[in-house]
Amino acid sequence: MAGATYKTPKLDELEKGPWPSFVKEIKMAARRSPMANDLLGQLEKSYTEKIGYWKHGGIVGVMGYGGGVIGRYSQLPEEFPGVSHFHTIRVNQPAGWFYTSKALRGICDMWEKRGSGLTNMHGSTGDIVLLGTVTDQLEPIFAELTATGFDLGGSGSDVRTPSCCCGKARCEWACYDTMAVCYDFTMSFQDELHRPAFPYKYKFKFAGCPNDCVASVARSDMSFIGTWRDDIKVNAEEVKKYVDGGLDIINNVVLNCPGKCMKWDGKKLEIDNDSCRHCMHCINVMPKALAPGDDRGACILIGSKAPIVEGALLSSVLIPFIKMEPPYTEIKEIIERIWDLWCEEGKARERVGEFIQRVGMGNFLEAIEVEPLAEMVAHPRENPYVFYEDYFEEGDEDEDEEEEEG
Amino acid sequence: MVSASEVAEAMYKMVKESMGQKKLKPTDLTKAMLEIYEGRVDKATCKAAIKELVNGGKCVYTYFGGSYLEIPHREGAAND
Repeated sequence: MAGATYKTPKLDELEKGPWPSFVKEIKMAARRSPMANDLLGQLEKSYTEKIGYWKHGGIVGVMGYGGGVIGRYSQLPEEFPGVSHFHTIRVNQPAGWFYTSKALRGICDMWEKRGSGLTNMHGSTGDIVLLGTVTDQLEPIFAELTATGFDLGGSGSDVRTPSCCCGKARCEWACYDTMAVCYDFTMSFQDELHRPAFPYKYKFKFAGCPNDCVASVARSDMSFIGTWRDDIKVNAEEVKKYVDGGLDIINNVVLNCPGKCMKWDGKKLEIDNDSCRHCMHCINVMPKALAPGDDRGACILIGSKAPIVEGALLSSVLIPFIKMEPPYTEIKEIIERIWDLWCEEGKARERVGEFIQRVGMGNFLEAIEVEPLAEMVAHPRENPYVFYEDYFEEGDEDEDEEEEEG
Repeated sequence: MVSASEVAEAMYKMVKESMGQKKLKPTDLTKAMLEIYEGRVDKATCKAAIKELVNGGKCVYTYFGGSYLEIPHREGAAND
């Protein structure tokens, strides 16, 4: 092909300015791909008429798998035959998104041969997203991907491709080996990843520290956020260097502490570690002076989601602290209990966070055999609906009455 | 205990009978089997039965807002 054959005045506007442009990339792909060329044509028409001309497929996939392929068809196949089929393929990314240039070249060569040549690195869940292919190419693509060590990711009502931050591979704050857990869970839950059997999707995200670079607290049904339970490590000399170098430690660190646990007397930084909320702010401001403690693990949270069927939710604490040590048996047992309950009682398209909201956190915890803890309550002093009835053993009431009478 | 193949047959029959009327999720089939074969089937057998149906090509996973198991058929949205 000589190049893009459609006039695209509306799309051209999106090429202006110093920023990367998806239009520029599609136009480059259109020089050799009729599929990318017709994508430009259909998109320009959509912008002009303010109508999205796509149909969602529901049946295309590869043999044996229930996820990884999202069917997409044009509503205007006669006008834009190149995008008559335009299926998306999700490829399970390596933990931490590490690739060799050879692996990436392999994927790109295959995709130029069998698809539009357009990719999205990476989708919101973390997968490599290959945009646009036809039904007949799905099995050959799958065969080529698996031959080079890649596999399809999740889609539909299954475990979505687990994702993690780069963790100990490139970050000094990682409180556990995010990449190892991510890989382990991906392997352990292959059936759940490829064979949808849940009421709706279930996402795992692993963040090495409370900075939460993978946004797990907002975007995964089960978040693993690295934390520590001993004291923040302080290098007093380095603290002094920051201050001598012009850091306004009172305004930029002490007054910004959400737990109000820090004091600076002009010479020494004092931290009341019992009141520390592990937000990482002070550590981020003075990375040479402060560091997470040595007793490290993760906090497991549950229930966040983006606003698709219902509104957005943030995660709630499920396990305040756990050592992240292979083979992660205790964690996997809790996960199995959650899935059993959710599959049994969850409604169609009900995320686990919505399920918990419906049945109540107390009932949920009781059903999955996890003890309620104070750390699970976001604002314990503000919530009049928190009851501690389990703290009263049989006979306690009689004792209370006796004390009152006495 | 009932074998996975026998459960797969029963599931297949259910899926076939409900085609065009109601889409069934894997959990719907599992719950139904646990009820039909009370005490003689567990969730692991149901999981194996679904795997057998899908790997054998008798059923396919479909997606319409959620994931379902259906008899292979022509994609409604497909362009020829």
